[in-house]
Amino acid sequence: MSQAVAHGHDDHSHLPAGWKRWLFTTNHKDIGTLYLSFALIMFFIGGAMAMIIRLELLEPGVQYVDPTFFNSMTTMHALVMIFGVVMPGTVGFANWLIPMMIGSPDMALPRMNNWSFWILPFAFTLLLGSLFLPGGGPAGGWTMYPPLMLQTGFALPFVIFAVHFLGASSIMGSINIIATIFNMRAPGMTFMRLPLFVWTWLITSFLLIATIPVLAGAVTMLLTDKYFGTSFFNAAGGGDPVLFQHVFWFFGHPEVYILILPSFGIVSQILPTFSRKPLFGYESMVYATASIAFLSFFVWAHHMFTVGMPLAGELFFMYATMSIAVPTGVKVFNWVATMWRGSMTFETPMLWAISFVVLFTIGGFSGLMLGITPADFQYHDTYFVVAHFHYVLVTGAVFGMIGGVYYWLPKWTGHMYDETLGKIHFWVSVISVNLLFFPQHFLGLAGMPRRIPDYAVQFTEWNQISSIGGFVFGASQLIFLYLIIRCIRGGAKATDQVWEGAHGLEWTLPSPPPYHSFTTPPQVTDAVAHS
Amino acid sequence: MNLDANRKTALKLAGCALAMFGFGYALVPIYDAFCDITGLNGRTGELSAAEAAAIKPDPGRTVTVEFDTNVNGQLPWAFRPLQRSVQVNPGEVTLVLFVAQNDSGRMVVGQAVPSVAPAKASPYFNKTECFCFTQQTLAPGERREMPVRFVVDPQIPRDVSTLTLSYTFFEVPENLRDSVPAGNNKQSS
Ligand code: HEM
Ligand SMILES: [Cu+2]
Repeated sequence: MSQAVAHGHDDHSHLPAGWKRWLFTTNHKDIGTLYLSFALIMFFIGGAMAMIIRLELLEPGVQYVDPTFFNSMTTMHALVMIFGVVMPGTVGFANWLIPMMIGSPDMALPRMNNWSFWILPFAFTLLLGSLFLPGGGPAGGWTMYPPLMLQTGFALPFVIFAVHFLGASSIMGSINIIATIFNMRAPGMTFMRLPLFVWTWLITSFLLIATIPVLAGAVTMLLTDKYFGTSFFNAAGGGDPVLFQHVFWFFGHPEVYILILPSFGIVSQILPTFSRKPLFGYESMVYATASIAFLSFFVWAHHMFTVGMPLAGELFFMYATMSIAVPTGVKVFNWVATMWRGSMTFETPMLWAISFVVLFTIGGFSGLMLGITPADFQYHDTYFVVAHFHYVLVTGAVFGMIGGVYYWLPKWTGHMYDETLGKIHFWVSVISVNLLFFPQHFLGLAGMPRRIPDYAVQFTEWNQISSIGGFVFGASQLIFLYLIIRCIRGGAKATDQVWEGAHGLEWTLPSPPPYHSFTTPPQVTDAVAHS
Repeated sequence: MNLDANRKTALKLAGCALAMFGFGYALVPIYDAFCDITGLNGRTGELSAAEAAAIKPDPGRTVTVEFDTNVNGQLPWAFRPLQRSVQVNPGEVTLVLFVAQNDSGRMVVGQAVPSVAPAKASPYFNKTECFCFTQQTLAPGERREMPVRFVVDPQIPRDVSTLTLSYTFFEVPENLRDSVPAGNNKQSS
């Protein structure tokens, strides 16, 4: 890149052209674009797998795919959506927005930034490629419990190395984000003036650094158990398969907050803009986010209530789980209070944000139900759990991200998107997603197990409704794709502020912003900060 | 720009990540110790014969000990206790017998993994001798009677009147044979 440094400061006016620009880029906007595009592609790959799953579940009996392939679809769908869509997608937002929001020219560690993105395509080549190996892809579930996972064929080492690479990418991304927020803030940008999106990413980064290495350790133990004769999880050799579940969920529960916190941040940016009021209870939002993250380390065994635990353990994890509802409730309260008596308008980003608040909360409530130990003995491993985590992940994490794309797309591209098309996308999605996931609550309560290609005939109707909702939801995302491509290629010119009620440093830059965001740091006062 | 500050922050954070990788592995011994202390997973205790003989029996109380046997997966063995249950006074050393038979045409090495329910009673259940302390090798068609000598600690909570001792036999894969399995003394004691 040195040939691009033409002047006293980094003025990349002579960018390498074509693919080289993208391969060698160290620019936060380019890398943000790469991450977001990657996440969008993965969204359709993971979505296609979901369509296969819903097609098979359209009728009882096994009709379209072989059961092992069905299981590898559920496994891969989850891995792709978690590690390929939500995590890279939210990192894409972080790359694009954090430097612009805190008044810095770029991320703190631009070269590492390039690496952390380009690892991803390699990791996913390994992961997706494993589907074509003899013996098929991994089919033991995204939670990879032994001994089942150890029965995977040739795919196992590929999956494990893919997880290592994905983890390395996330850790590098997190280090970069923390270093940027700690060291690159503009004068006057104190911590308590950081936009909430920046706060949520700061906390998410710490969660990633604390938990991803533990996952890496757990899958490494799987690998050595399978190929190198260790017995971490092998009872015959003195190990214990339940240990894996503890280690996995020590990572796994904080992981679900890694997935949702950035979307909390996005929604906390959108709601004030279209309510034309500052975010209600900014400080309590920061503290609530931090306490959610802290508590998330002490609740992991709520995924293991039925595994067998002493009564004291069941009670501890039940109460700890319930206690997370308190800071979560604070956040929901603040979002609603932000809208309360605001001069609200309902542009597309706002529609996604409002539906996020309502639907995420439904997912939170079903989470509370699952957190009640005796009730979980009934719900565990049924479709009720599937409904729960899709409400928090699809209508939570993913809806937050989609809302964020609509909100910042005019800033990123310099063009307004097609508002009518955006609203159509929203309404079709929000109706179909509820058709898709709400009936799964009923199926779960009635006892339909998860991760099974066939089911008893009394479950047919709700499954058909769910599948039809799924097909419509999947198809409606093509509107999104079309709208984004059109917006990149042209459209009405966006103003700098884009939205009448928008506040914050990113809206003081031109749309699209210059290649280096703030070459001279702005002076931040309360007037330009989040409020 | 604060290149040095950035590098310092990055190194510190990378150090944290490395430490957490170590912590993941540290969870293995932590979990073991935790299970031993709490009796989680039905971990039982181990005593020497001399220690067991020194315990004073409590003739005023009897508890029932039931026996349960399982074979895991493809292990081609028949495995059962010779008695379904026994009544014992806490503190008294008791001998019971189990029998395993290899129904296959090949030599098989097995490892039994014990557990005691309810979990809160398991720390009070102590064995001085058990076939689960070592791997068992059975020739094709071989049948073996295997002893377990145990003593129930008189301190066992008053409300426990029945204990279940359960064994599951696992086939030991080739690469783990003839060596003391990792953590065996903990698992089987
Ligand atoms: C009030 C907050 C929440 C509570 C009390 C809660 C509680 C629970 C419980 C008890 C389970 C285990 C159910 C079972 O397997 O029987 C569960 C599963 C799950 N939750 Fe939550 N949850 C909450 C929020 C979230 C959020 C915010 C996310 C992600 C964004 C999430 C994602 C998941 C996932 C992915 C699973 C399923 C994991 C699996 O077994 O594959 N949850 N939740
Ligand atoms: Cu959880």
